Amino acid sequence: MDKTPTLLGLMAEGHEHGYDLKHRYDQLFGAERPIAFGQIYSTIARMIRDGYIEAMGEEPGGGPDRKRYAVTAAGRDYVRRWLSSPDEPSPTLQSNLFAKTVLALLLDDDADALLDVQRHAHLARMRDLTQAKQRGSMLERLAIDHALFQIEADLRWIDVAGARLAELREEVRHG
Amino acid sequence: MANGIVTQGGLLIAATGLRKTFGATEALRGIDLHVERGEVLAIMGPSGSGKSTLLHCIAGVLTPDEGRVVIDGEDVTALDADARARFRLRRIGFVFQFGQLLPDLNAVDNVALPLLMSGVGRRAATTRATEWLERLGLDDQLSKVPGDMSGGQAQRVAIARALATEPAVIFADEPTGSLDSVAGENVLTSMLAAVRELGTTVVLITHDARVAAYADREVIVRDGQLSAASRGDVA
Repeated sequence: MDKTPTLLGLMAEGHEHGYDLKHRYDQLFGAERPIAFGQIYSTIARMIRDGYIEAMGEEPGGGPDRKRYAVTAAGRDYVRRWLSSPDEPSPTLQSNLFAKTVLALLLDDDADALLDVQRHAHLARMRDLTQAKQRGSMLERLAIDHALFQIEADLRWIDVAGARLAELREEVRHG
Repeated sequence: MANGIVTQGGLLIAATGLRKTFGATEALRGIDLHVERGEVLAIMGPSGSGKSTLLHCIAGVLTPDEGRVVIDGEDVTALDADARARFRLRRIGFVFQFGQLLPDLNAVDNVALPLLMSGVGRRAATTRATEWLERLGLDDQLSKVPGDMSGGQAQRVAIARALATEPAVIFADEPTGSLDSVAGENVLTSMLAAVRELGTTVVLITHDARVAAYADREVIVRDGQLSAASRGDVA
């Protein structure tokens, strides 16, 4: 999963402190592997350096971290471009696509269009592999079949997610 | 010719503004679809999305409530029922999932049937039917009836029948849907080898991404419309 745009998207949703950001990330994506505070703060430092967020000062109070950050126009643009660009289909795709889908729902972006674009990217990759398969030896054909089935599994997830977007939107926003 | 694909160029099918309603259900809600000559196009979409209705409207099996379909220069939507049936017989081939062969006729007679109906003499029809079956690797199935063949062999006979009249376009609705992966792939590659060689256009409905991957392009139908990416509205 691409951590920078994911965390930036959660900031854009309204999680302005490092502590809130970690909590929200873990709630949505960290069930099996929560994100470390160290990674949160190193990513925040990079996002400030790249002009995606800016520090808004500290809030009074006794919490663990009261520094506030705001997403800049450049940061919002970065997230928008990330959400609208299909990923290269690969076995690790789904976690990234999962994050994009959830964030698109949180940010009122068009999650349906995101899945649609990704579906065509997957099919284009399958078409390339199928052409290579027709020219290949039996060994190569079976190796390509393995890749095709992996990508097909992602496509099935895309179809299921597409059919459940309304429920998912309710759950991630209010659940 | 590039990548084994015959590219004759030019538009073969132009469907514009297609709408179709069944009772209170809007099956098609304004679809535009163009298919190039020699192109293999896959139509995908979830159950009930309208993809079969789209195929049937383009093929002249159903009449759209609104819109126009032009195939090879002929406005199919302007033809009366008889003229449309004659056009289908001459210019269109169909392949369905199953159950399309006449059970009492052997393979040669099944394939010869559309030729006979379009006025070809019995002897010539039988010769051409035999040639098509041999071309699809069915030399040893010529005198068998469908019930004595495997599912894959029967589908090849159906494909031979669709190709026998050398139509401008073949419409195929889940042609490998009743077959296992390997048999389905063999049937599909046989059909596509023949149509690529002839330059026949194919419009194929499938829910199977691995089948769609054999096409030159896919469009996705959802809720009676083409998806935005299918229309080229998004990246």
